[in-house]
Amino acid sequence: MNKNVDWKKYFIVLLTTATLFLTAIYLSNYLGDRKINQLKLIQDKIAIDILSSETQFSLLSELSCKNISDGALANELDELGNKLEWGQDNLGATEEVSDLKKYYSLLQIKDYLLTKKISERCKVKSAFILYFYTTKANCSECEKQGIVLTTLRDKYPELRVYSFDYSTDLSDVTAMLQIYKIKDTVLPALVIDGDVLTGFHGIEELEANIKESFKLQENLNN
Amino acid sequence: MAFLPEIILYTLVFLAMYVQIFFLVTLFENRKKIIIREGVIKLNSYPAVTIIMPSFNEEKTVYKTIRSILNLNYPKDKLKVLLIDDGSTDGTWNIISKFAKNPNIRVFKKSNGGKYTALNLGLENTETDFVGCLDADSFVDREALVRIMSYFAKDKEVMAVVPSVTVHNPKSFIQIAQKAEYNMGTYTKKMLGFLGAINVTPGTFTIFRKKVFDDLGPYKHAHNTEDLEIAYRMQKNFYKIDYCNDAFIYTNTPSTVKKLFKQRLRWIYGFLNNTIDYRDIVCKRKYGNFALFTLPTGLASIVTVCYLFTRIFYNIADFIYSKIIVYQTVGFEYTLPSFQFDLFFLNTHSYIFVNILIYSSVVFAIIFGRRMVEKKWSISYEMLLFLPVFSVIAPLWFMRAIINTILNKTPAWK
Repeated sequence: MNKNVDWKKYFIVLLTTATLFLTAIYLSNYLGDRKINQLKLIQDKIAIDILSSETQFSLLSELSCKNISDGALANELDELGNKLEWGQDNLGATEEVSDLKKYYSLLQIKDYLLTKKISERCKVKSAFILYFYTTKANCSECEKQGIVLTTLRDKYPELRVYSFDYSTDLSDVTAMLQIYKIKDTVLPALVIDGDVLTGFHGIEELEANIKESFKLQENLNN
Repeated sequence: MAFLPEIILYTLVFLAMYVQIFFLVTLFENRKKIIIREGVIKLNSYPAVTIIMPSFNEEKTVYKTIRSILNLNYPKDKLKVLLIDDGSTDGTWNIISKFAKNPNIRVFKKSNGGKYTALNLGLENTETDFVGCLDADSFVDREALVRIMSYFAKDKEVMAVVPSVTVHNPKSFIQIAQKAEYNMGTYTKKMLGFLGAINVTPGTFTIFRKKVFDDLGPYKHAHNTEDLEIAYRMQKNFYKIDYCNDAFIYTNTPSTVKKLFKQRLRWIYGFLNNTIDYRDIVCKRKYGNFALFTLPTGLASIVTVCYLFTRIFYNIADFIYSKIIVYQTVGFEYTLPSFQFDLFFLNTHSYIFVNILIYSSVVFAIIFGRRMVEKKWSISYEMLLFLPVFSVIAPLWFMRAIINTILNKTPAWK
């Protein structure tokens, strides 16, 4: 029996497989880009919302506190945070995702400052936690701290958690780290009501802290 | 080095896709050669054929198997049947000895020595130019032999013809899943037949020219897979093996996961070890598509299945571990995030698209195989069972076969 080998066929199949493979990669990249664009749109919307809130705040002397709307902003920031986290895991740590993350950190700081001012001026009941973390490889306790904070946020809708990646190359984040004297060796680090807590803190301890924070603000309201 | 798992993954997935496309191109090239005959066909001449039926403790099925042979649409004077009891300890001998008076049948009883010894006893007593084997747990369709013999009549170079095997009377879910798998097997073997690259001549009624054994010698133990080894030997000696898709054999398949595991472990172990024994021909151009396609892709598929399974297993273990961490950290206070459907979170990794293509081609293979067996163009519920069931359990016998090969431990027959 003659054992002819059709090399042309082997080559054509290789070419077809490679084409399909590249098409799959192209399609994946295309949809990934669309997701990044979607993230940018959300960020732009949040930026506008913050600007709007800031403007309202500036006009506060002429407006009553009830006219200031900022509740939706927290949800939008949460949504953006979730999507960015998913994007980082699934779209790869690209430069675009990294830039979006910086922008997100900036928006969080702006929201934090603004909400804090509104809270003080309008006597709105709020509790803030600033959370500094880093990668799993460099911070074994950060994952657990994240779980505690997520649980608390679900339990107390008024609680706002602003998360900052220590490694984010953004001067504003660096400034916050300097203000609170946080080093990468003490992560995870939390700032609650001006107090800096380093290392892992369990749910019971933090819950007590939050309740304290609530009381403080409730006292201010009285 | 961080990218190494991804590089391995993409290489293996690329190979899997290459194999599927290779089959599709082969199908496209040969689409007009696939004939599915219905009803009775006639041959110009009917060469004498000997059917060897080795049996070991097959009292439940052996009678029906013999009756199916005697019922073949083939001239009775051209059909010789050798019934061999390989030292059964049940009532098999009582059943087959009752056929001793039939002028076409000869019965033999020997001490247990394994299937290949029973087959070789049959070969020693074969006087016809064509010889085949039928396992005592399988039944032949009435038209199977005449359709197989038409392939020999058409092409003098054909030295063996493999029939289409399907599942007899599937009852348990594992048998139903195997039905889809056998349909897929019909498609892939037909394509391998076109490529001249069939790697197994199963005991379910493969018919050989007697010359094969006269030239190449009798069956060997071959790691309990003598039907694989003889095909390898034939390919090495350039003996053509064809596949008759419309000659149907119905076989009893393992009814439980445990039995299926034992059977498949023996098959995969046999494939690995016979390939090791014949390593001198792997990837040698001289031996055609068998050496360039069947053997390398067969080995690659074992590696792929094991790698993907390990990866999935790792991911599942990682997920469970993360849930344990959650429980240890916050106890039962953790609330699951409320689910809101958002297309954003749909995984659009290229790996997903490639997998969709591969799975689609597997589904197509099952549908086309079913078309060749049952003449139906539709999705069957068997295939819905096959994909999840085999995705979970097949990697287990693949990995065990590798371990057994490393430990040089030959799996038992049953």
